[in-house]
Amino acid sequence: MSRYSVFAVAREAFRDHQGWTRAWSSPEPKRKYDVIIIGAGGHGLATAYYLGKNHGIRNVAILEKGWLGGGNTGRNTTIIRSNYLQDPSAAIYEKARSLYEDLSQDLNYNVMFSPRGVMMLAQTEHEIRGYKRTAHANALQGVKTEYIGPERVKQLCPIMEIRGPRYPVLGALWQSRGGTARHDAVAWGYARKCSEMGMDVIQQCEVTGVRSEGGKVVGVSTSRGDIDCDKLGVVVAGHSGHLADMAGFRLPIESVALQALVSEPIKPCMDVVVMANTVHGYMSQSDKGEMVIGGGTDGYNNYTQRGSFHHIEETVRALVETFPMISRLKMLRKWGGIVDVTGDRSPILSKTPLENCFINCGWGTGGFKAIPGSGWGMAELMATGHSPLTESFGLERFKEGRFIDESVAAGVAH
Amino acid sequence: MLILTCPYCGVACDETELSAGGEAHLTRHGPGSSDGEFEDYLFMRENPRGVHFERWRHVYGCGKWFHAARSTATLEVFGTYSAQVLIPPDDIRAAVSAKVPGWQWRDLT
Ligand SMILES: Cc1cc2nc3c(=O)[nH]c(=O)nc-3n(C[C@H](O)[C@H](O)[C@H](O)COP(=O)(O)OP(=O)(O)OC[C@H]3O[C@@H](n4cnc5c(N)ncnc54)[C@H](O)[C@@H]3O)c2cc1C
Ligand SMILES: [Zn+2]
Repeated sequence: MSRYSVFAVAREAFRDHQGWTRAWSSPEPKRKYDVIIIGAGGHGLATAYYLGKNHGIRNVAILEKGWLGGGNTGRNTTIIRSNYLQDPSAAIYEKARSLYEDLSQDLNYNVMFSPRGVMMLAQTEHEIRGYKRTAHANALQGVKTEYIGPERVKQLCPIMEIRGPRYPVLGALWQSRGGTARHDAVAWGYARKCSEMGMDVIQQCEVTGVRSEGGKVVGVSTSRGDIDCDKLGVVVAGHSGHLADMAGFRLPIESVALQALVSEPIKPCMDVVVMANTVHGYMSQSDKGEMVIGGGTDGYNNYTQRGSFHHIEETVRALVETFPMISRLKMLRKWGGIVDVTGDRSPILSKTPLENCFINCGWGTGGFKAIPGSGWGMAELMATGHSPLTESFGLERFKEGRFIDESVAAGVAH
Repeated sequence: MLILTCPYCGVACDETELSAGGEAHLTRHGPGSSDGEFEDYLFMRENPRGVHFERWRHVYGCGKWFHAARSTATLEVFGTYSAQVLIPPDDIRAAVSAKVPGWQWRDLT
């Protein structure tokens, strides 16, 4: 696989771009691998990448029932931040955010990380107190955030109406190195590197069963035949409950739809990401000029990747008050993804009751930002049996009552 | 838009009139139960891709809780029934079996 560089672009420009090779190969599955990862979303691919890069485990297959990044990784609104409240969350999200800083160089693939700054608006007295507390917690955790007043908010985002009648903007939690990245590129960049390391990224290969002997995983059944493995990583987001059922255990997870929408492209008018959790809406502007908008999840279990329209109405209604200029915008597309939500709104990166079977799930509405850190920790857990990044996120925390409660801290959190 | 008929008032409500209450027919565990049972009751969920039984509340109507049988894979509604039962009644089970041949679910008794 050739390296991408300015010289490569120049070279190809002189020969009608005939020399580009495929970014990743599409091999037939082998009979057996050291490690199989189910799910070629960002988390599955990053897990495989760091298994190879950090631990030298390269006889790996990543099995995907659809296409690369066709799950939530290709459906999200790409907000990246690490201003969480609890220490274990701050550690893994900040690890991820800092890896994003030079991910394009590391992967030799432009993931378009844009640390344009993320602000979470305080629109009630309760939120002011909550975000000040988070800013203090972040200071202790070494995560750079600050609490800013309404004038600074207006300065950073002039299109915002801060004196709205119902939800005035009273301040914000500001993370200047938060931002966005190109979601597909994250999946493609990791896939290309995995393929380059000799791993098999196998699309159109649905896992239909998990095979075990004596309480130990030995392989999977798929739509393309049985494949054996020594270790198995289940990284399938909204489908985790379904896969856990195949592997014979239960999860504290509910799968619900989360939707997003984009407007027609307009000239640049907003160069920060704004989240308004009280009214369940958030917005940023893509490089193409579209306003990218998201809101809250549906209240009921759903696997159809379609959500309820009234959530979109609520989100847009709330945002129009804070951003009056968007009231005349035409919305072009909306879509949904099935997100895996846990009781404490924190992910699960864990061993499972089935030996040598590991699970990475529960990222719910906010796992895009975590992809590099999650893959880093999950790879360490799978390779060595322990990772400081993931140790607090084990399945046993629900039995032991050791929650990492981010639901109170963050409300809607993307 | 999900439409469920409230079994008490007989009104076909769209979901904005309702509030979703999560999985139905959970076995309650309280003081004296093991950690595992309590974990199961509080956190572990069936979360099936397919037939699901749920609790809903007609908040902007009669205010009462009721049950619904629904498919999470197709969004089809098989029926709604009273909250005063511990397992889905026979007519609901029959409706589910007719629509989803071979349907099996955990023991609800
Ligand atoms: C509308 C929306 C907006 C969001 N906004 C944000 C945001 O702004 N910031 C943020 O940080 N996060 C956001 N998220 C959350 C984020 O998208 C997810 O947490 C993250 O992408 C999960 O990645 P993943 O790799 O775990 O899952 P996925 O990308 O869903 O990958 C799982 C893969 O597993 C595959 N799979 C499932 N079953 C099988 C099987 N049986 N066999 C083989 N393969 C299988 C699926 O096809 C899928 O490709 C948003 C999500 C949605 C839906
Ligand atoms: Zn009613």
